[in-house]
Amino acid sequence: MLRKRIPLLICFVFGAFGLAQYYSPHPIVVSGYSTVLDWVQIIFAFTLIVGVLSVFQIHLKKISRREKLWGYSIVTLSAIIVMASAGFLGGTGRGTAFVWMFDNMQVPMQSTVFALLAFFVATAAYRGFRLRNVEAGILLAAAIVIMLGRIPIGALISDYIPAGAEWILTVPSMSAKRAVLIGIGLGSITTALRVILGIERSYLGRG
Amino acid sequence: MKGEGTNIFQRWVIVSCLILVSFFIFPSPLYAEAQADCGAHDTPSDGGGSITIFWSDSADLIPAHVDTLTVYRRAVGDSDWDRLAETTTREKLFLDNNTIDGIAYEYRLEAKDSVSGTQFRVGSVTSSPQWFNANRTVVLVGVLACLAVLAGVMYIQRSGKSFYVRPIRGLEAVDEAVGRATEMGKSVLFTPGWGGDIQRPTTIAALNILRYVATKTAEYRCDLYFPTHDPVIMAAAEEVIHEAYIEQGQADIYNADNVFYTTSSQLGYAAAVDGLITRYKPAAVFLLGTFEGEALILAETGNSVGAMQVAGTDSTIQLSFFMVACDYTLIGEELFAASGYLTKDSKILASVKVQDYLKVIIVTLLVVGAIMATFGSSVLSDWLGQT
Repeated sequence: MLRKRIPLLICFVFGAFGLAQYYSPHPIVVSGYSTVLDWVQIIFAFTLIVGVLSVFQIHLKKISRREKLWGYSIVTLSAIIVMASAGFLGGTGRGTAFVWMFDNMQVPMQSTVFALLAFFVATAAYRGFRLRNVEAGILLAAAIVIMLGRIPIGALISDYIPAGAEWILTVPSMSAKRAVLIGIGLGSITTALRVILGIERSYLGRG
Repeated sequence: MKGEGTNIFQRWVIVSCLILVSFFIFPSPLYAEAQADCGAHDTPSDGGGSITIFWSDSADLIPAHVDTLTVYRRAVGDSDWDRLAETTTREKLFLDNNTIDGIAYEYRLEAKDSVSGTQFRVGSVTSSPQWFNANRTVVLVGVLACLAVLAGVMYIQRSGKSFYVRPIRGLEAVDEAVGRATEMGKSVLFTPGWGGDIQRPTTIAALNILRYVATKTAEYRCDLYFPTHDPVIMAAAEEVIHEAYIEQGQADIYNADNVFYTTSSQLGYAAAVDGLITRYKPAAVFLLGTFEGEALILAETGNSVGAMQVAGTDSTIQLSFFMVACDYTLIGEELFAASGYLTKDSKILASVKVQDYLKVIIVTLLVVGAIMATFGSSVLSDWLGQT
């Protein structure tokens, strides 16, 4: 019983306090909220250790069992050990080995993954804009008008194209976006209230 | 006992509403003071340490040709004045944000140039912190309205009434996706995106769906992978999945190694999940949570391996990517309705229904506001626009 009620009680107390603090500028409340946020950071720091240990545990198991593609696990663990050692031993200031590795290895790798987005946008656009039915046709027409309206050649063809693009973005597109945002906002509020009031318990792992 | 709880809750909502109404019925003393030509008062709705000095452009107070106003301050009982600042007479307001709460101050304002000048004193005033920020009254009214509707709907639910929630194709596809993965002998991948943390309602909504997905994978004895960028989410997901497997009597096949932290770096996380999708080729991919730039990278990779994909996020920008790259997309409030929809729990379904009633309230306000604005009244929009 306690195992079920204590998490719900903690959730209610901190949820209600989090909600109430928004309406109070009083230093006692502000300082209390700041302390709670500090606690969150401390919990996060500890769980980060758990997370890194989990990475080690999984990859060490893969290596010891010689699972499929276990060589990549060696690369992953080596990278963690080398980067962490460089940071702890040599510091993280300018000109250190840590920064050199970050700038010359981590950043290019991240850029590579980010660059994939360009190709994925092209393939997604190809699928999204295929003329399969009336709705897809409307989407395609709107996309053509907006793309042309955003480049100089659109205005050269006709002044109506940039104006049409602006209208699509500010009227139908914006109203749809706002409708979705209202739905998301209401969903967020009701989910938060369900959690605070203990109606929603699935996230605790037990119903 | 439960009935008593509901009654207390309802009374609490009523009392809160009465307190709020009182803000509008009884004018505040500050408002009355502001009718004077000049004066000073404790800055309202702040955390203390601030006094507001105000003046009008009355000719008796400030000569018409004078532009500069010098503000002096002293604590009551002191003989010397401290020069605080120089401001323009057009401002009509000066905030002294450097006061000590509990000490009474008086102010001298000098409006003069080389030709002529006047001076006047205001105070004494003491600054103090306030418990309630009146600028956020509208938000509080909104939250109390949500609570009141929730209380009302829960009350109706207790009387045995069931609520209809329209079919949501994306959620109905969950069973199909897990079943497909089982038939193909492949795994299921669920990831909550890079943008969220455990405090975010979207993450909570995603964990609620995860519980249902885990129940199904446990029932069908299908592998479930849960990579995440946040170790707190990892810990919560471990608990959710483990409990689902225990509930299904399949605790022996639960594999804690399948729920793991990747990295906190956005593109590192995207690369890790991409790698996982490419290597394991899951038959079902659930992209539910808070996604940012990695959304399309993950959705397209899932698409390239032929996975059936169900996605949902609170970002309108990423939703458009999901719509073209995924089989089913949960739009707007659908993601938050999932818990009640999937579990058929009457209490949660009732609270989901609250979203619909709140939408009706918002649409009514929009229509009334539009009509009022058409006839030149901005009362409603001004009140709602308070920050």
